[in-house]
Amino acid sequence: MTVRLPTEMRKRIFKQMESAYPDEGGGFLLGELENDETVIRNIVQVDNVFEKEEQHHRYAMRPQDWMRLEDAADVQGLLLVGYYHSHPDSPPAPSEYDRIHALPNFVYLIASVIAAKAVDLRAWKLKADRSAFVSETLRS
Amino acid sequence: MASIRIPTPLRTYTQGESSIDVPGATVGEALVKLVEQHPDLRLHLFNDDELRSFVNVFIDDEDIRFLQGLDTEIEADDKLRIIPSIAGGLWRRRQSNGG
Repeated sequence: MTVRLPTEMRKRIFKQMESAYPDEGGGFLLGELENDETVIRNIVQVDNVFEKEEQHHRYAMRPQDWMRLEDAADVQGLLLVGYYHSHPDSPPAPSEYDRIHALPNFVYLIASVIAAKAVDLRAWKLKADRSAFVSETLRS
Repeated sequence: MASIRIPTPLRTYTQGESSIDVPGATVGEALVKLVEQHPDLRLHLFNDDELRSFVNVFIDDEDIRFLQGLDTEIEADDKLRIIPSIAGGLWRRRQSNGG
């Protein structure tokens, strides 16, 4: 399985994550499913609403943001296909906390931000049995 | 019957349907009917018989946690919506510099 993310959106994600550092930042991915590919057509930054003092290792969005963007995707003929967030000073791999809160059939982009510089971005999907994430090929 | 709007990633388990009509007098009964009709949803909505912590149910923009939870009574024309709480992050906290 492949996730296609245009270079311009990758740059926007990195810029957002560097601005959020040392806290975690995030947002939603709107796009389309084309054969075995998830094609990202739009990224939408969303506020991190976790308690401020915990934002360096936690990210949460308001359920109302999900509603708003799922409805917006419907209007645009797109799908809510995933979300992205950062791991400050850590690898771009899902944590156990990520797994517990994840859904299958959804792309999770995780950016590694080291010393305020975004250095890597990886794509993951949760297995249908919820046991683990599987790495997806990410290309522009 | 009330309807339940399914979040996009879980529509795989409802054959692509975004909204499912279900009978039931309460939110809990409606959800039980939903997973009876579409059993593959159960793993992602429930942990044993409890709703997973990240699964929110809204009735017309109102979170059932601020009503009577799964015991919230529903009318035949109510529109329910399942919304996952998106959350992520690392387990560890930032290390203290030790003063």
